[in-house]
Amino acid sequence: MNNYLNKTYIILDRELKGYFRTPLASIFLLVFLALSSGMTFFLGRFFERDQADLTAFFSWHPWLFLVLMPAIGMRLWAEERRSGTIELLITLPVTNTQLVVGKFLASWIFTLIALILTMPIWITVNYLGEPDNHIILISYFGSWLMAGAFLALTSCMSALTKNQVIAFIISSISGFVLIMAGFNLVLSAVRSWSPNWITETISSMSFLSHFSRIQMGVFDLSTLVFFISIIILCLWINVQLVQVKKAD
Amino acid sequence: MSDKLINATNLQKFFDQFIAVDNIDLSVSRGEVVGFLGPNGAGKSTTMKMLTGFLEPDNGEIFINNINLKSDPLKAKEYIGYLPEGAPSYSDMIVADFLSFIGKMRGLNDNSLSNRLEEMANQINLKEMWNRPIETLSKGFKRRVGIAQALIHDPDILILDEPTDGLDPNQKHEMRNLIKRISTNKAIVISTHILEEVEAVCSRAVIISNGKLLANDTPKNLENKFLNKNTLFIKVSNKLNNVISKEIKSLLKYDDVKIQKTDISTHTILVSDSQKNPNLNTVLKQLNKLKLDVIEANFQKLSLEEIFRKITSDNNSK
Repeated sequence: MNNYLNKTYIILDRELKGYFRTPLASIFLLVFLALSSGMTFFLGRFFERDQADLTAFFSWHPWLFLVLMPAIGMRLWAEERRSGTIELLITLPVTNTQLVVGKFLASWIFTLIALILTMPIWITVNYLGEPDNHIILISYFGSWLMAGAFLALTSCMSALTKNQVIAFIISSISGFVLIMAGFNLVLSAVRSWSPNWITETISSMSFLSHFSRIQMGVFDLSTLVFFISIIILCLWINVQLVQVKKAD
Repeated sequence: MSDKLINATNLQKFFDQFIAVDNIDLSVSRGEVVGFLGPNGAGKSTTMKMLTGFLEPDNGEIFINNINLKSDPLKAKEYIGYLPEGAPSYSDMIVADFLSFIGKMRGLNDNSLSNRLEEMANQINLKEMWNRPIETLSKGFKRRVGIAQALIHDPDILILDEPTDGLDPNQKHEMRNLIKRISTNKAIVISTHILEEVEAVCSRAVIISNGKLLANDTPKNLENKFLNKNTLFIKVSNKLNNVISKEIKSLLKYDDVKIQKTDISTHTILVSDSQKNPNLNTVLKQLNKLKLDVIEANFQKLSLEEIFRKITSDNNSK
């Protein structure tokens, strides 16, 4: 078991350092901070709302992650296949699950770093008023959990192709579908012809509806199970895809 | 228990309807260097990918040091060092970090890792590039890094897919010397289409074409097996002056008789004919009349390259 975790950690370590070996990390972190602040202050009207909370900050995260998580994760497998290093990895004494989990965790930890760097907004809102820090902490955790689901989805899509751009596009599209699942536009279209349980199932698949509840400070087991299940399911498919597509 | 480090039987691999590897048997013992020869697309790389556990064979079994690769892949892979075609590596990493990463993944502890890294730096001449990003290295150095990652855990088995491809003649020479140096206590399989490489480093040549194994023998045995039936090669320990040479030519009723001085005391006679293959017994009888001392008489040997062309083109025409 120790050896198993150790190898996963070695993969994680290489991947995480890999983000910082190129300008990718700094560019991403800058873009993330600029966009999240820009959306909070300009689109979210942080000051005009005159409320000591971070709703204006968190409510944009699903849309931000829709683009930025595929940007982080698109290279995870596509690049290994394009450069041929997948042959090195697979012929090492390590399982595909260790490889997939190690790579995913690296990208998830990188996202955690990005979220931690937004802490000045939290400090600002505490300076300006008296927010409910409990809700903010839960929202941060929920945001990171949702980012994990987006990343697992991206990692899975990245194993489908050697081309990072294609990986980015299909990850964004599938992420968009999972966000939109909670919108009335989609639900009313489905409701007209399907039984109630299908509509409810589709609605319950929505990242947006789960994340909205988290933002209100409602963090129940079903939300945790939902995001963790999405992550596990995507990573499981990812492992199968690596096995099937490795030699294409 | 078999002393064979690699023992593969009845290997088959299909890609859709196309059969890439067709019933190949291959075994390699410690101390052997097997040269894997074949035209492009013959199935060399596919076979190597199966031996390393990258691809699963559709049929057949592979034992690595008596461990079934299918049932215990992690254990079996520990014994293998593999250089994939094109020597892929993480180009953004520096040489030291890349080799360290592979070493750790191979299960080396801190102590043995630092020893092996030092050995690799010296043995493969990577010292001057040690802290350089791999993407900035020349092709020759990139290939060396690829060899170093395959050797980092001092494996019993080394599988090298075209290790000298794209290298300049000096680099090729260096690479062959390296393979020879490390070959004594390992089982090595190298794929190549450079025939001189096989003659230079391999104790056995395996020729495959269209996924089929066509020959599996030492280069010397292959040369003895595949003789050129069009040309007789006769070596005599006589000094042949012009008069005797003319006599020989008139006595032997064949189109083309060439007489060459081999050294001070010996000459060779090459006999060929465009219409029919020369008959060895008839020629020897004729030469006997001239009281020549024949030291060696046989059909002319083909070079490995000619053997390769003959085998693979015969197979293609079938």
